[in-house]
Amino acid sequence: MSEVIKNVACPYCGACCDDLVVTVENGKILEVQNACVIGTEIYHHASREGRVGSPRMRQPDGTYKDITYDEAIDYTARMLIKAKKPLIYGFGSTNCEGQAAAGRVAEEAGAVLDNCASICHGSSFLAIFDTGYPSCTLGEVKNRADVVIYWGSNAAHAHPRHMSRYGVFPRGFFTNKGHRGRKVITVDPRYTDTARCSDIFLQVKQGHDYDLFDAFRMVMRGYVDDVPEIVAGIPKEKILEVCDIIKMGRYVHIFFGMGLCHSDGRNHNVDIAINLVRDINEITKCTIMAMRGHYNIAGPGVVWSWQFGFPYCIDLSKGSHAHMNPGETSSVDLANRGEVDAFINIGTDAGAHFPIRSFEKLGSRVPMVTIDPSVNMAATVSDVHIPVAIVGVETGGICYRMDNVPIQYRAVVPPYNGILTDEELFNRILNRMLELKTEGIECDGKWEYAKPLPSLIPVKIEPEA
Amino acid sequence: MSTVTVTLKKQPELYFEADLITPDQFAGKSAEEIGAVEISEGKIKYPLSTVATIGGAPGVTAAETMIVLNGDWSRVKRIGQQMTAGEIVINSNTDMYTGGWMKGGKITVNGDVDSFTGIAMAGGELMVNGKAENHVGCAYRGDWRGMTGGVLRVTGSAGNDIGTFMRGGTIIIEGDVFIHVLTHGEGGTIIIKGNVEGRVGGQAVKGAVYVFGTIKYMMPGYKYVDNVEAEIDGEKAVFAHYIGDLGERHPTSKNQIVFANLYLKK
Repeated sequence: MSEVIKNVACPYCGACCDDLVVTVENGKILEVQNACVIGTEIYHHASREGRVGSPRMRQPDGTYKDITYDEAIDYTARMLIKAKKPLIYGFGSTNCEGQAAAGRVAEEAGAVLDNCASICHGSSFLAIFDTGYPSCTLGEVKNRADVVIYWGSNAAHAHPRHMSRYGVFPRGFFTNKGHRGRKVITVDPRYTDTARCSDIFLQVKQGHDYDLFDAFRMVMRGYVDDVPEIVAGIPKEKILEVCDIIKMGRYVHIFFGMGLCHSDGRNHNVDIAINLVRDINEITKCTIMAMRGHYNIAGPGVVWSWQFGFPYCIDLSKGSHAHMNPGETSSVDLANRGEVDAFINIGTDAGAHFPIRSFEKLGSRVPMVTIDPSVNMAATVSDVHIPVAIVGVETGGICYRMDNVPIQYRAVVPPYNGILTDEELFNRILNRMLELKTEGIECDGKWEYAKPLPSLIPVKIEPEA
Repeated sequence: MSTVTVTLKKQPELYFEADLITPDQFAGKSAEEIGAVEISEGKIKYPLSTVATIGGAPGVTAAETMIVLNGDWSRVKRIGQQMTAGEIVINSNTDMYTGGWMKGGKITVNGDVDSFTGIAMAGGELMVNGKAENHVGCAYRGDWRGMTGGVLRVTGSAGNDIGTFMRGGTIIIEGDVFIHVLTHGEGGTIIIKGNVEGRVGGQAVKGAVYVFGTIKYMMPGYKYVDNVEAEIDGEKAVFAHYIGDLGERHPTSKNQIVFANLYLKK
């Protein structure tokens, strides 16, 4: 007998669509309605053949052998205690309960605690530290915004239902004409599918968003005559046309993405965007929002700010205080500089997302544990791979949407093969660490795992003669 | 001035943090007490004597103490952090935060430095006879009070974020710089002898930047005013004078709007 579960929230992107309808039968997912193609795939992945049902340890010959949870937890706990500066990185795809439990483990371990924002919207955090965050909820955008700007963000591909639920098409309380009542502006170096859905497309010169923001701010501050004829590849009359649309808008909203955070200047690109919002608010109402990637990547920012005072890149190795300074305590920099001696990859895939040179340094030098339901790229080079339940499919919990609204996630099927959740796993790692410490295991600078496994040393490919 | 010589013998597997190697910490201490000063590597704290040999003796006060660092200090962070007086000479490359938050005294690095050199510096003199990386004389993350005083000179090139949120003091970079010079500046002077890629004075409220080389991409918010002749860092030249950033807020003084000034050598 099949069961239909309504109002299920989707564990894919930061838009956190919470209107999914999932049909299940005997612990198997039969059908997913309302989700985008990627979200649907995550549900079907849970029922697919080939799931890893038990922790696995890498053998000297490179193969993996199944081990028990107790053995995997003991290895991880010893590694965290023994390492001088372990790095725990990931958390984009787990719930806040797991993130809080990992925070407690990191504090006990004196680890560096970092999340995917480090290679994503971390630079937005730095800008927010500098200038504040005049933001809103997605409901306000849907119900009020009549001018929507997608800047350096391709929602059509990265957040497939974002435009239909919030940004472009929905009919809201004050926006009952839907997309016909909205002006949509896209700023991007490429003519993306989001640009295709827009009224105006500004093809900014790659890496020159900062200059274009400066020109917009000059117009907002009344220095129209001093704007150069072309800024960042955009003619002055086009800039003035867009500024007129903004000034005429009743409610302007800017969505920004990786185009700002990952081009030269990073945090300053976001910082000047936020300052433009401040300028526009002298004329009309304007808000701004980061297009957060994973469904709960806003979660660690909220949870760890409460636990430690910082949202990401938290160095807890001092024991006395938390220290944060991206550029030093950010995962990629730590890996590049050889500044960590153990690595836990949880709820993400550092193997796929890190620059290859920095991941090679981790993979070839330090012991690595991957905690993830799937066999991802990081798992293929890890010493231990611990599978966990998929949040939003096999376990519930709190996840924060891109506008920092908490959404209650639900389990639709039981965990595959009785595997643990992230929260249970981290709680057991913490308990094991406390046990080991009472047994006298401590960080003494003698690091028994420090020898790189020969099979993990990066292979230098010689060019063919 | 009495001199303490510290020669690093053991290299860290990760990085050492030596925020306690300052004349303020060494002054008035015996050789044993200096040997017991902690230097940390991740979670572990070592007494300095286990990783370095220490010779000489410090003065009674910080101002009378000079520290000479020999050996390879390229994997050591935070040397001279928060020092208020005295002198440090480093005959090596160093890592991050060299002279960070320093209030007085003098640091000379005979080598290259990494990022965050002279971060939030408030006074004293920091001389780098080599090149620097990013965030030279910048503010700490989220702090709107960057460098407030002192002189920071780099004889080589530097990366980006030079003097972010700067409020006072002088930064001189004798080589080239990438982007973001005096971003969010509220005062102070930055002199670049080489070329800059762009974003000079972005969002700057006050302050002055002198560029002797070229600026590849000028900020749109800077407006040419006039030519001025000035002697800067011992070099007399004619500069094209720009004001800006027109896209940023500016205070008023005596009914005149105060802008940041950009001087580009003609």
